[in-house]
Amino acid sequence: MADHLLSWMTFAPVIGAAVIAGLPGRYKDLTKWIAAAATAVPLLLAVQLFLQFDRTTAGMQFTEHYTWIKSFNIEYFLGVDGLSVPMVLLTALLSFLCIIASWRIDKAVKGYFSLFLLLEAGMMGVFCALDFFLFYVFWEVMLLPMYFLIGIWGGPRKEYAAIKFFLYTLAGSVLMLLAMIAFYYNVKDPVTGGHTFNMLHMMDQANHGGILDLANVRFAIWMGLFIGFAIKVPVFPFHTWLPDAHVEAPTAVSVILAGVLLKMGTYGLLRISYPMLPDQAVGFMVPMAILGAINILYGAFCAMAQTDMKKLVAYSSVSHMGYVLLGMSAMNEVGINGAVLQMFNHGTITAMMFLCVGVIYDRAHHRDINGFGGLGLQLPVYTSVFSFALFAAVGLPGLSGFVSEAMVFIGAFPTHRTITIVSALGIVVGAAYVLWMLQRVFLGEKNAKYDSLPEISARELFTLVPIGIIVLVLGVYPMPVLDLMKVSLNHLIKVVAG
Amino acid sequence: MLQIPDWSDLGGFLPETVMFGAFLLALLGDLVVRRRPVVPFAIVLAGALAALALSFAGLDAPERTILGGLVAVDGMAAFFRILFSLIAVATLLISWASEEIMGRTRENKGEYYALIALMTGGMMVMAEARDLLMLYLSLELVSLSSYVMAGYMRNSLRATEASLKYVIFGAVSSGVMLYGLSLLYGLTGSLTYLGVRDALAAGAGDPLSLLTVCVLLLAGLGYKIAMVPFHFWAPDVYEGAPTPVSAFFSVGPKAAGFALMIRFFYTTMQPAVDRVDWRLLIAVLSVATMTFGNLVAVRQVNVKRLLAYSSIAHAGYLLMGFLMLTAEGLQAILFYLLVYALMNLGAFLFVIALNNSLKSEHLDDYAGLGFRSPWAAAMMIVFLFSLTGLPPTAGFIGKFYLFAAVMHEGWYWLAIVGVLNSVVSLFYYMKIARTMYFTKAPADAPAVPIAPLHYVTMVLLAAPTLLLGLYWGGLKDLADRAVQHFTAL
Repeated sequence: MADHLLSWMTFAPVIGAAVIAGLPGRYKDLTKWIAAAATAVPLLLAVQLFLQFDRTTAGMQFTEHYTWIKSFNIEYFLGVDGLSVPMVLLTALLSFLCIIASWRIDKAVKGYFSLFLLLEAGMMGVFCALDFFLFYVFWEVMLLPMYFLIGIWGGPRKEYAAIKFFLYTLAGSVLMLLAMIAFYYNVKDPVTGGHTFNMLHMMDQANHGGILDLANVRFAIWMGLFIGFAIKVPVFPFHTWLPDAHVEAPTAVSVILAGVLLKMGTYGLLRISYPMLPDQAVGFMVPMAILGAINILYGAFCAMAQTDMKKLVAYSSVSHMGYVLLGMSAMNEVGINGAVLQMFNHGTITAMMFLCVGVIYDRAHHRDINGFGGLGLQLPVYTSVFSFALFAAVGLPGLSGFVSEAMVFIGAFPTHRTITIVSALGIVVGAAYVLWMLQRVFLGEKNAKYDSLPEISARELFTLVPIGIIVLVLGVYPMPVLDLMKVSLNHLIKVVAG
Repeated sequence: MLQIPDWSDLGGFLPETVMFGAFLLALLGDLVVRRRPVVPFAIVLAGALAALALSFAGLDAPERTILGGLVAVDGMAAFFRILFSLIAVATLLISWASEEIMGRTRENKGEYYALIALMTGGMMVMAEARDLLMLYLSLELVSLSSYVMAGYMRNSLRATEASLKYVIFGAVSSGVMLYGLSLLYGLTGSLTYLGVRDALAAGAGDPLSLLTVCVLLLAGLGYKIAMVPFHFWAPDVYEGAPTPVSAFFSVGPKAAGFALMIRFFYTTMQPAVDRVDWRLLIAVLSVATMTFGNLVAVRQVNVKRLLAYSSIAHAGYLLMGFLMLTAEGLQAILFYLLVYALMNLGAFLFVIALNNSLKSEHLDDYAGLGFRSPWAAAMMIVFLFSLTGLPPTAGFIGKFYLFAAVMHEGWYWLAIVGVLNSVVSLFYYMKIARTMYFTKAPADAPAVPIAPLHYVTMVLLAAPTLLLGLYWGGLKDLADRAVQHFTAL
């Protein structure tokens, strides 16, 4: 296993999915345990990855390199660096916890868990792939399980949400497909001289030729990639699929959607757009920062207007991903480290929030913020956990969200002074919508309707506490994650911004 | 100059000979052993399998002309022989368990199988024609047999209407094409492709008359591949004809039409490109075809009709590769045609298998099939994803090669239109998925037993559709080998 660590992480869930698919439908419990085991394997391997990862080099590690399709020079090429490792850890952790959080799924159990496992495989693959073709395949493979997970197990408007998600994402990724083909034909493999899909070769500007020497072509490719990734982030104005998908998706799927899938957009920008088209990245700094600021403020204001808890959390994701964009646009070490740390932190914090919303929805069967009140008296443990998550989302010092947001602002301030100042208002609005919701749901008069609401269960706590610990630890001492990515990201920013 | 054909030429013409022989034998067998359709079925199946086995031999052969220069055999011909034999085998298996074909009230079941053999042979010749006369004859052979097949359900009003429409439309377009051919003969003074090419290269024909020739020819050929604006027959015929016949039509004659167009245009019209920009003409038609097919498919609620429009759209994608005039584009077309045959036959097979028990192709009757017939529905999902062009299915690889060929030649706008069309197509393919999985079946929904033979055939189609999406090196090599000696490039 040690030799093919990344392959095992990616394909262990596929094996699990195949086993589940072959299992007769009546073994519901066994199905769940197999799913848990199939996600536990990547989680354990992720721990091993965390321990063995060499933090002193910017190069790719744990690489696996094989020929896949010889005649077109397509390779099976996996590897991780400081940018991908935090994402891999996040994926492994959240996938495992989401299986636990899905324990009470009762409809078409077999289908649900096998699709979920396929989803994890796709996400892992995206974060590990170093061949553009392979990357694209993994990127698209996720769409199928996601479509069905939302469409079959989702809420009342599931059909609309599922197809909207699918169409948006596909529209983005076909543009990426064309950009990929353009790279393929115009990047030279330095060894063989032929065309290549190797992303490391594509990152080396010395290999570029053909139409990649033309500035307007580079801009067109940049825009194609940017739209593809922006839809996933989602960047305003491509964000409208997100509230629909989040609200309709079952809890665990929302967690994955917000916790991991959104990160793929920013990951793609940093893995592909930035190093392959550094000149365009630098030229796009200001628009990127403006889009970041819009995301932060627009997302926050939209969140404030919501009465559905899940929709509020969904819009808060739009807002929080704005910080990532702002940090990326800073083009300096602090900014980019802050951005990637924010990707990780948002993944954990928003996962907690969605899980908490799921807990109350399972009990009260609605998520209307104005329909509760005084829950703090009835469910003290649940209230403290949810409040913890909400304070982390606000960016309370001592919790992880604060560190990354502060780094983003510190990084962005010298580069984009005005934009950063305006964006900082987002923190105030963010505090407003969170506290206002807290007040309406947990404080005030106790709603007699919910006198018999049961307290959060041990299983649910099991899904929340590990994330809570991470949020707390990284809030006090962020170095475990920062150390992982620092060298790679500093190298990246040196390549891009010179 | 006319070569004198001799018997040794038949050695290079074996698969066709086998198919035509199977046709005659099947007819004879049907006459001798009445009411036992298994006899013609077995004869044609054996013939198709034999033709398949015989076809691989010629893959690496350089081009040679036989039968008095009327027919060319080369790697590409071999590839299409393989493709058509495979399609014939699949169609036979699909038809055998189909109620529409084998239902108790049907007559002439034997003739049906014999016609499949005749058409398969005809399609093979279409892929080999090297002479304007042969072009027309092979095209008509296939057309005439298809009219009969479309009207196979004699007592069905819908099928008769479909057949009549097909005949009228077909007759008009082949007449138009024949006029174009006569003009071309008048301009160049030759009936052989090589003669026409040499005359055009020497400067025969002014731009206007060449454009006229192109347009007239495209009317006839475009009708065969269901290209806009010569597609009008397709939805009606596909909907009205027995579904196995629609399945066959949507892949067989379409592929044969492309084969014929490739050999004809690449050989003869290439020198005329400076006088008449037929590449641009086809690019526009390609965009119109895919866009029209996709947009209209969005609104369909009859699955057969939906698949008919989808197959129009696929002709549009293929045309993109066609006008590249490169080996890469050609390989992409061959690759895509084979993949398309697998996935489209698969999707039609699903409709056929369900029609046996549901007696309907209406989308609403598919509600909840994902849970009523989970394995078949899952395979249908594979076909639908492949038709959309999503990894990890063969359809994605096929589209990828097409787009790569288009991008490589610098037709960026065409590639962008193409990929955006794929996004549109997602919507209607997923409409089927949505009904099968997201809509609850009514409480009185009938059970949907699926014939074992259909199950087996579906697996035989779904497995390669999926596996070729994971490893397609073998098929790619096959396509590359078929094109390596293609002299017209």
